[in-house]
Amino acid sequence: MREVIEGRVWTLPDDVDTDQIISGKYLTVIDPNELKKHVFEIALPEFAANAQSGDIIVAGVNMGCGSSREHAPQALKAIGVGAVIADSFARIYFRNSINVGIPTVEAPGVRQIFEKGDTARIEMRGGRIQNLRTGASVQFPPLPAHLLELLEAGGLVEKVKREIQAGATVSPR
Amino acid sequence: MKGNGTDGGQTLAEKILSRAGGLDRVVPGQIVEGQVDLAMMHEQGAQTVAPFHEMGAPRVWDPDRVVIAIDHWVPASTEGAAVLHRILRQFAKEQGLTHFYDVGNHGICHQILAEHGWVVPGDLAVGTDSHTNMLGAMGAVAAGIGPTEMAAVLSLGRLWLKVPPTLHVRIRGSFGKGVYAKDLILRILGEVKTTGATYKAVEFSGPTIEALTMSERFTLCNMTTEMGAKCGMVAPDATTYTFLEKIAKHPMHPVSPDKDAHYERVIDIDVDGLDPMVACPYSPDNVRPLADLLSKHVKVDQVFLGSCTNARIDDLREGARIMKGHKVAPGVRFIVSPASTSIYKQALEEGLIETFTEAGGVFTNSSCSACFGGNMGILAPGEVCASSSNRNFPGRMGAKDAEIYLLSPAATVAAAIRGELADPREFL
Repeated sequence: MREVIEGRVWTLPDDVDTDQIISGKYLTVIDPNELKKHVFEIALPEFAANAQSGDIIVAGVNMGCGSSREHAPQALKAIGVGAVIADSFARIYFRNSINVGIPTVEAPGVRQIFEKGDTARIEMRGGRIQNLRTGASVQFPPLPAHLLELLEAGGLVEKVKREIQAGATVSPR
Repeated sequence: MKGNGTDGGQTLAEKILSRAGGLDRVVPGQIVEGQVDLAMMHEQGAQTVAPFHEMGAPRVWDPDRVVIAIDHWVPASTEGAAVLHRILRQFAKEQGLTHFYDVGNHGICHQILAEHGWVVPGDLAVGTDSHTNMLGAMGAVAAGIGPTEMAAVLSLGRLWLKVPPTLHVRIRGSFGKGVYAKDLILRILGEVKTTGATYKAVEFSGPTIEALTMSERFTLCNMTTEMGAKCGMVAPDATTYTFLEKIAKHPMHPVSPDKDAHYERVIDIDVDGLDPMVACPYSPDNVRPLADLLSKHVKVDQVFLGSCTNARIDDLREGARIMKGHKVAPGVRFIVSPASTSIYKQALEEGLIETFTEAGGVFTNSSCSACFGGNMGILAPGEVCASSSNRNFPGRMGAKDAEIYLLSPAATVAAAIRGELADPREFL
């Protein structure tokens, strides 16, 4: 995880649920490189063909509500999305997104300072997001230490792998 | 970190997470490493296998605490689904996971957990499906997680959780004729909205809740997911213990909320005089009294009586009671999908399948069926569906602009008979 993340912005409205990110008909697809062709097919149809590595998603409230499907963040990871930021997230989406290693930031008020195509600058530990076109910015409480650590590791797979290699064992019942 | 936090009582979720975290007490916002009592996977668990192997744990932490229940595409309806099933079967074999509910013994994963007693009072349960909240009706914390997180749970038997603040929903009064637990949870959703309980626990209590059956409690807790909640729960009581008496798979460790527990918010609802409710497109919180829509004559192309929310035997009985002596309206496709194979068998025994099929409906094998728009009962552009399921976001059951109205099972059957949204009380 980089301390400062900059990228071109794609905007999404409030309440983008997981059906609008990856619809039910693609749920049997588990190859992220295939999934990425269909991401946001309902919410933002032009995204899949035009998104580039490093792009940043800026969503409104309740981003990723709905199902527990991880296809959505996996597809964004395959594209190489630099970060996903939103006014607020649904809880499973937030966990999934962090777990696959995408910097995921909840920053109330962030959606209204961006338009599609702007450039966002995120200071992960500094807790500040700035629109480099307009200069507008919002503050956010930085992620707690255990989640920053998870992102530093590159995601949950790497983190648990290291823990197991370091001798982590199953909790006694 | 014993003794963290202030004095005073604890909510049901706080007590369960204290135990799961091996702590005397916890406070909202605190991060705990919770020991998992039960881990459930459906087809999405196929995406757990690769990360599990990559993490490098030699074995699944406790095969007796892992349940696999395939439900979205049963039997497999596409080659892709067949591959997911095969991945899970191979993984189960390799890891000695014997609690696998495969084709013929299948059902919707949450219903399988419920009717086989896999989640007991006091448990911390996680599943790879967002409606895992349903099992909170057992007096447990039950939450949905993604497949990568499940791989960590299978490796170490634990996961981090932020202790949620609790929204206390107190219910009094009695349901009138043609009004059900589904109408109550829709009524609550109309007030709390889809973000009103994000990250929170929802605790239901009050005389009405105490009088509800487990099936009705499942319906309530199930749709706390649509409120954004981490979990929805009912404190265990005689109803819970009777339900679990012969089927509980593990010892119970029941807890109850303290009388002086601190709740972030309290909502009081009196269901006396509550009317049948409907969630209109395109959000489960777009709730109105069904009566408001009747003059608009909302025609339906399809009616779905199914899903983890409302496809238990009591739902099918009530639907059949209304359907008896009527026919499905011309041009309407009426799909009934029981929540499990055992419910299927019971419906067969009680003649409910005959009632539905004689009326012109189709009674399918148990699965998530039309609820999620990826298997069967898919809607074409512009079509309208009356459904007993839980979500009506754009594209949920197929075409982006198809419209889904969420209703009680009784109200869906009324719509099937009339060919448009109708008041179930006219048939009772």
